[in-house]
Amino acid sequence: MGRDLSPAETLALVPQQEPFRFIETIDELDREHIVASYRFPEDADFYRGHFPGNPITPGVILVEAMAQAGVVAQGIYLYALKFDAGELEKIVTVFTDASVEFTGTVKPGQRVTTTGRVKFFRHKKLRAEVEMKLDDGKVVCSGELAGMGVPR
Amino acid sequence: MNQAEVQERVVKILTPWVKNEAALKSVSAETNILDDLKVNSARLVDVVIAFEDEFDIEIEDEDVDSVNTVGDAVGLISSKLG
Repeated sequence: MGRDLSPAETLALVPQQEPFRFIETIDELDREHIVASYRFPEDADFYRGHFPGNPITPGVILVEAMAQAGVVAQGIYLYALKFDAGELEKIVTVFTDASVEFTGTVKPGQRVTTTGRVKFFRHKKLRAEVEMKLDDGKVVCSGELAGMGVPR
Repeated sequence: MNQAEVQERVVKILTPWVKNEAALKSVSAETNILDDLKVNSARLVDVVIAFEDEFDIEIEDEDVDSVNTVGDAVGLISSKLG
């Protein structure tokens, strides 16, 4: 049977790695929600082109960061509760759909905190309401994201 | 509720996810939800949850895989409605 992973254990199982890892810490995690944070490095390569002289974190990267927390990490935690470690290793979470709205921008060096709330976790599919904020509390992106576990 | 009524409501629920709208015009119990209507397989769980909400029933996760055609969905829902 499965087990209740700690935030650190869950984080260690997130498969995305540098330079495509946008989750640094998991601050809260249970069956219903996750809070994770990430500071965008000032020297991230995509700032050279997005945009020259006016670096702004691409919206697609913000959505990816939200998915890595609210869908991938939350999903790993929920799968682990249900399946044993052997089964968990055979599953990878793929992003299935998203509906989001951007309400702010993230500059190089800024830290974002992502909160995900599980809408449902059924048949290896996870749908969550996810919100990303800056340290000053300003919401920069929010919406609904989903993913599902498929065989590796 | 008879089978025709259940089917009509099933098709209405499926419609937002259908990518082959032409196939909706000739939908029957044999119509395959993924192959004919071109519903994304990743949406099946969302479809089943919509069935639960619409008909006020509970469907086991294990039953999701048995829903291939419109008729399969109608049969499963009808069995839950009793």
